[in-house]
Amino acid sequence: MLDDFLVRAALAGVGASIAAGPLGCFVVWRRMAYFGDAIAHAALLGVALSLAFSLSIQAGVLIVAVAIALAVNVISGGRLAMDTLLGVAAHGALAVGLVAISLTSRAGLDLDGYLFGEILSVTRADLALIWGGAACVTALLVWRWSPMLTATLGEDLAWASGVDPKRERMILVLAMAIVVAVSIKVVGALLITAMLIIPAATARPLARGPEAMAFLAAGFGVLSALGGLWASWRLDTPTGPTIVAAAAGLFVLICLVSIGRGRGRAP
Amino acid sequence: MSKQSFILPQDATDVLIGTENVSVALGGRQVLRDLTFGIRRGEIVTIVGPNGSGKSTFVRALIGAVPASRGRVRTRPGLAIGYVPQRLHIDPTFPITVARFLALPRRRGRAEIAEGLARVGLADHGRRQMTELSGGQFQRVLLARALLGRPDILILDEPTQSLDQPATAAFYRLIEEVRADLSCAVLMVSHDLHVVMSASDRVICVNGHICCEGTPTVVSEAPEYQALFGDGTRGALALYQHHHDHEHGQGGAPHA
Repeated sequence: MLDDFLVRAALAGVGASIAAGPLGCFVVWRRMAYFGDAIAHAALLGVALSLAFSLSIQAGVLIVAVAIALAVNVISGGRLAMDTLLGVAAHGALAVGLVAISLTSRAGLDLDGYLFGEILSVTRADLALIWGGAACVTALLVWRWSPMLTATLGEDLAWASGVDPKRERMILVLAMAIVVAVSIKVVGALLITAMLIIPAATARPLARGPEAMAFLAAGFGVLSALGGLWASWRLDTPTGPTIVAAAAGLFVLICLVSIGRGRGRAP
Repeated sequence: MSKQSFILPQDATDVLIGTENVSVALGGRQVLRDLTFGIRRGEIVTIVGPNGSGKSTFVRALIGAVPASRGRVRTRPGLAIGYVPQRLHIDPTFPITVARFLALPRRRGRAEIAEGLARVGLADHGRRQMTELSGGQFQRVLLARALLGRPDILILDEPTQSLDQPATAAFYRLIEEVRADLSCAVLMVSHDLHVVMSASDRVICVNGHICCEGTPTVVSEAPEYQALFGDGTRGALALYQHHHDHEHGQGGAPHA
């Protein structure tokens, strides 16, 4: 069954979505979208690194994503304007990554694969990495769920409850780095943040609790991955962008439905 | 008067939480210097001070949210702290019911949650979204959450700052009720002295350091306190005591 590239693609999309959905809820709650961008764009630097040292792409991406995540996390402790710093990190990493890839790569390297994903060329080894990474992230989230929620609600509230919010934030950021590393093959560096944010945002109007939102986000992510894969097959469009377009379509649909339902209800 | 504390941690065995010569610097600026303080089991202590005096920083140092640059914070092992923040902003993207909020970070049983909500007069509100609550209800839920852990000490950092006057008065009445119930210590930060002072065993006036401390009457008449708050607050204090008498129907002449 795994011999079929479409089956492998579907499994890759599902695996990445299951990890990205619940994690994306934290990104939305904590307004870390720009942070996600910074880590995701840093993935391109990771690609350059793996090309230069003949590492696997995911290993290189993971190393650089973790490094950038930790660096930005340290900087964020200061009193500097966070969005500006992250803007520098996100776009700087993207640009330097592109330059570095062009310097290290052989002629004719297809950049699009790294920017927009190449889910149709996922190998069994990739699949093992994606599902392994997704399992890691899910395990981290399950383990730290309550403390992370507490830290998300308020740092002082967390401290007083015996939860170290800095530690929880660090775990969250590491989980994001892992998601970036496993998703680069699926949707590419430019669209990873979309797979974090859009399913979570889609889940929000339907959820009354954080757990429900996390499950729904994973579900919407899976739906987008499978729907996008199918649509790109039918329409012969690039798969990564089609997956994200499917996610965005679901978002608009759910928004319209919940606005419609909200009309007849007291606020 | 400045550095002397009524209880020194080394000779008070029943101190729940305290500081020894604690200084705190934030962003290179010294916010607190040389604070020695301790609160005993069952005591009610109010910390007052003008805006920017470091009162909130002091509380944050006590709960471990900011490190002391000098000195140390001493906590009795296993101390259960119930903390009510100034206010809590829950992002509108974060769906959470009152009941779920109460069970963070530690799981609580259904009965325990119901009891906790009933205690603050919010029975049947467990299924509501936190973001739907009024300001007064929200603070009550924060109080309920702080009380669920059966705290030895309740720490409240200007808990009524965002409330209007009736809600503030109701909130303070509630604190007095639950305190009578649970007999925990209370450490309250306030800048609206007129509401809390007379209920306190001790008032500590902070302005970067401890300016003065003592019973409410002693502090309100201390020159250090008057220098900080001016004449107006004496009128406010009188106003409160009048209110207090009125609310509870207790005797005693209003402070003039």
